[in-house]
Amino acid sequence: MNRRAAHPWQQRADVVLLLIVAVLLWQGIYRVAGASALSSPLETAATLLGLLRSPIFLVHLRATGSALALSFALTIVLGLPLGLALGLRRFAGEVFEPILASLYTIPKVTLYPVVLALFGLGLGAKVAFGVMHGIIPVVLITLNAVRAIPPVHIKTARVLRLTPWQVATAILLPAILPELCTSLRVGFSLTLLGVLVGEMFASQRGLGFLLIKGITTFDVSTSIAITVLIIAFGAASGALLLALDRRLHRRISHPA
Amino acid sequence: MKAVTARAAFVLGAALALEGACRAHLVSPMTLIPPSDMAGEALALLTRPETLNSLAWTVANVAAAILASIAVGLLAAFILHRRPRLRRALDPFLASYYAVPFFVLYPIFVAILGLNRWPLILIGFVFAVPGMLIAVLDGLDGVPPIIFKLSRLYRMSRAQTIARLTLPAVAPAVFTGIKLTVAYSFIGIIAGEFILADRGLGFAIADAYNRFDNRTMYGLMLLVLALLVAANSGVHAAERRLRRRWERP
Repeated sequence: MNRRAAHPWQQRADVVLLLIVAVLLWQGIYRVAGASALSSPLETAATLLGLLRSPIFLVHLRATGSALALSFALTIVLGLPLGLALGLRRFAGEVFEPILASLYTIPKVTLYPVVLALFGLGLGAKVAFGVMHGIIPVVLITLNAVRAIPPVHIKTARVLRLTPWQVATAILLPAILPELCTSLRVGFSLTLLGVLVGEMFASQRGLGFLLIKGITTFDVSTSIAITVLIIAFGAASGALLLALDRRLHRRISHPA
Repeated sequence: MKAVTARAAFVLGAALALEGACRAHLVSPMTLIPPSDMAGEALALLTRPETLNSLAWTVANVAAAILASIAVGLLAAFILHRRPRLRRALDPFLASYYAVPFFVLYPIFVAILGLNRWPLILIGFVFAVPGMLIAVLDGLDGVPPIIFKLSRLYRMSRAQTIARLTLPAVAPAVFTGIKLTVAYSFIGIIAGEFILADRGLGFAIADAYNRFDNRTMYGLMLLVLALLVAANSGVHAAERRLRRRWERP
């Protein structure tokens, strides 16, 4: 990329400017749409602060947090080895990649009756939803990263008769470190999405449940406050992982 | 054995295994019905006017969202490419866009726009447009600068440059964007219909589920799957055809 670098402070100032424009736009839409559809930015901030102080809300927050942690762990533990294996076995990769890619385009919400029947209401269904959303991109990104490894590395591993575990930890993972970070980043945000979808339909706990409850009871300011919290968390975690991701990519391409 | 054959064999084998498991009652019919029953049900559903109405409604909304995303995404990418400062300011937002579960905005859209097709088209658009924008921006970054020098050399107008040089140069990226747009519009709109709507395929699935009508539900799911496969392969075929035409000397 040959983009001219700007002063970092200018970029930061521009970002803040955009955020201010977004809040003003929100206020404008609020003026037009009215209090029955939307709460104002100020009112939402007050509701959010109130929520964050209430112990019941913290229980829901913790429920979402633990479901997210569990599904993300499962996504990695299942997705990474699958991606590594499919990347190493070229033919298997060629067979399964299009299948996985088309499975990924299914609107997974519609599968919720099946998930509910298999896992029951509660943590199981939420985690299943999280894994369903996150695992395919993790497999696909890992697979393509392994394919791009120079074959001589893998041949060396074969000559040295490394065990599969050694191949994975000593050769594959270090070779694909930057892509690994990308896949973790994408996997994390999609797992979050999946867990929230799961909570909206298949749970009595968590932020997704509170959101759908707010909507069905016409509690506008609560549902908007939760929406803002979710968006802020998604954006913050996404930006954090992205910074890490870019740093790793830069380090690999320009070793110090 | 070619990968295509192996893939077909795998899909067929998986369907047969599922069929066997269902017929042998390893899976309860309350959970899953055999794939052959799903297919039969899907065909039967296609003769019913209410299914056709849902189908037409969903397809029309998805098509509107796709067209809007393609148009706006393309335009925005060209504008952002010429405005580096704006682009740098937007960069962090674009990069973390899909980390944000935007479907949570759908109920707010319904509250503002009413329970009709517009909030659905909007959520499909909101889901799809960044995919298009990011893909085309990446494509524009990859256009060799010599192409723009060429346009200056021949004193081409801006419209000519875009039509004859820039667009063909970014065509592969545009197709990547269109593929993403198709997938995301379907996901956004069917999910929206599932959450809160009074018609459409997503709504029909949710409705069948609430009535414990497993057969209809699975038939509809299969229809959605078929629709997606048809849409994706349509885009792929169009891409191949255009490529062949462009690559002909």
